[in-house]
Amino acid sequence: MAEESKVTLYGYWPSPFAKMVEIALKLKGVPYEYVEEDLTNKSQMLLSLNPVHKKVPVLVHNGKPIAESLVILEYIDETWKNGPQLLPMDPYKRAQVRFWASFVQQQLQDSMIKVAMTEGEAREKLVEEAYEKMRLLDEGLKSFFPDGNPSIDTEHLGLLDVVFVSFFGNHKVHEEVLGFKVIDPEKTPLIHCWLKALLDLPLLKETLPPHDKMVAFIKFINESALKSSTA
Amino acid sequence: MADEVILLDLWSSMFGMRVRVALAEKGIEYEYKEQDLRNKSPLLLEMNPIHKKIPVLIHNGKPICESLIIVQYIDEVWHHKAPLLPSDPYQRAQARFWADYVDKKVYAPGRKIWATKGDEQEEAKKEFIEILKVLEGELGEKPYFGGESFGFVDISFVTFSCWFHVYETFGNFSIEKECPKLMAWVKRCQERESVFKSLPDEKKVLEFVYFLKKIFGIE
Repeated sequence: MAEESKVTLYGYWPSPFAKMVEIALKLKGVPYEYVEEDLTNKSQMLLSLNPVHKKVPVLVHNGKPIAESLVILEYIDETWKNGPQLLPMDPYKRAQVRFWASFVQQQLQDSMIKVAMTEGEAREKLVEEAYEKMRLLDEGLKSFFPDGNPSIDTEHLGLLDVVFVSFFGNHKVHEEVLGFKVIDPEKTPLIHCWLKALLDLPLLKETLPPHDKMVAFIKFINESALKSSTA
Repeated sequence: MADEVILLDLWSSMFGMRVRVALAEKGIEYEYKEQDLRNKSPLLLEMNPIHKKIPVLIHNGKPICESLIIVQYIDEVWHHKAPLLPSDPYQRAQARFWADYVDKKVYAPGRKIWATKGDEQEEAKKEFIEILKVLEGELGEKPYFGGESFGFVDISFVTFSCWFHVYETFGNFSIEKECPKLMAWVKRCQERESVFKSLPDEKKVLEFVYFLKKIFGIE
């Protein structure tokens, strides 16, 4: 592979943001080099590639870096035409996909983090808020799956599928650690079916971090956070 | 069949202004509907049930929400005139990155400058200036963030310029002094019809903030 067209992804294995990019590259069949970053000890390379945010993921293509996961996903979709088209052609549908992708990544993720960081009574309220947001997404999904039956195959995966599976593919980890049913088949039936269909795809299932490794990681993060807040 | 374009907006919102500028750049006729955010209209609640916020663009009855998503939508539908995003995928990614940076970073410290006091205000002011300097660095010697043409990143940030007077007044600092190149860019943008017709007078915005502080009991 010519040095110029080389693709490198700087990621961090538990990061759903980096996971999204990995999945997109795999779906498009793009050969790439993966560089694992230690976010507690960021490399000079990462800091020079993403001086503004100093975060992963960063995609480097033709020697040029691109940062911010959703920006990277759109770049991947525009640059590599094989595999599924991540964004639809129709501008209105594109706007809807962008809206919900941002909702999942910011709103839902934010809710989950808040629940993880809180204990006691305040937590109950935050769990209810998280469910409310999930319900909004479930409602919004009706326009994507009008017959109520998400059937997915890798040829037709889209940006929203990639984003959602990256953040919630490991929902059983969150359930184990947080102790509440993040994806409730009764509260959010469409999301439940959708996620099940996504996780049936080997490419997605295999790319997500293994359950036990993720549980250990989240527990460690929560314990460290608790220690530092009580120190 | 003529397009029906309606914008649900608030005159002082820098997010709503982005949509106004984009529509003006494309020469699109639309109906502007001023919203009262303390008494949200059924139309707003119906068109944006998720966030219940403005701006909302309603195009032939279908709503689009979130200002930067709306601006991209406008660019894609009315693509034959005044392209707002570059055609090269890498340049587009850079434009999206910087518009996202503005979107994530500018509003919160800006708001703290007029809504808080003491240490919190000082911190916010420092952060705000820092962010402006990063943007000034990205602008470099270019006439616009997009290079030779006014585009997506310019639209995402220029709408904050009518709020600069507010930040300067409450924060007691001069943006011109801190970031002269950025102010030169602001003046350049303000010469464009789409900008000066879409942005309210900065004195009116300052008056509005005094009013907000009074009704919300912010000292």
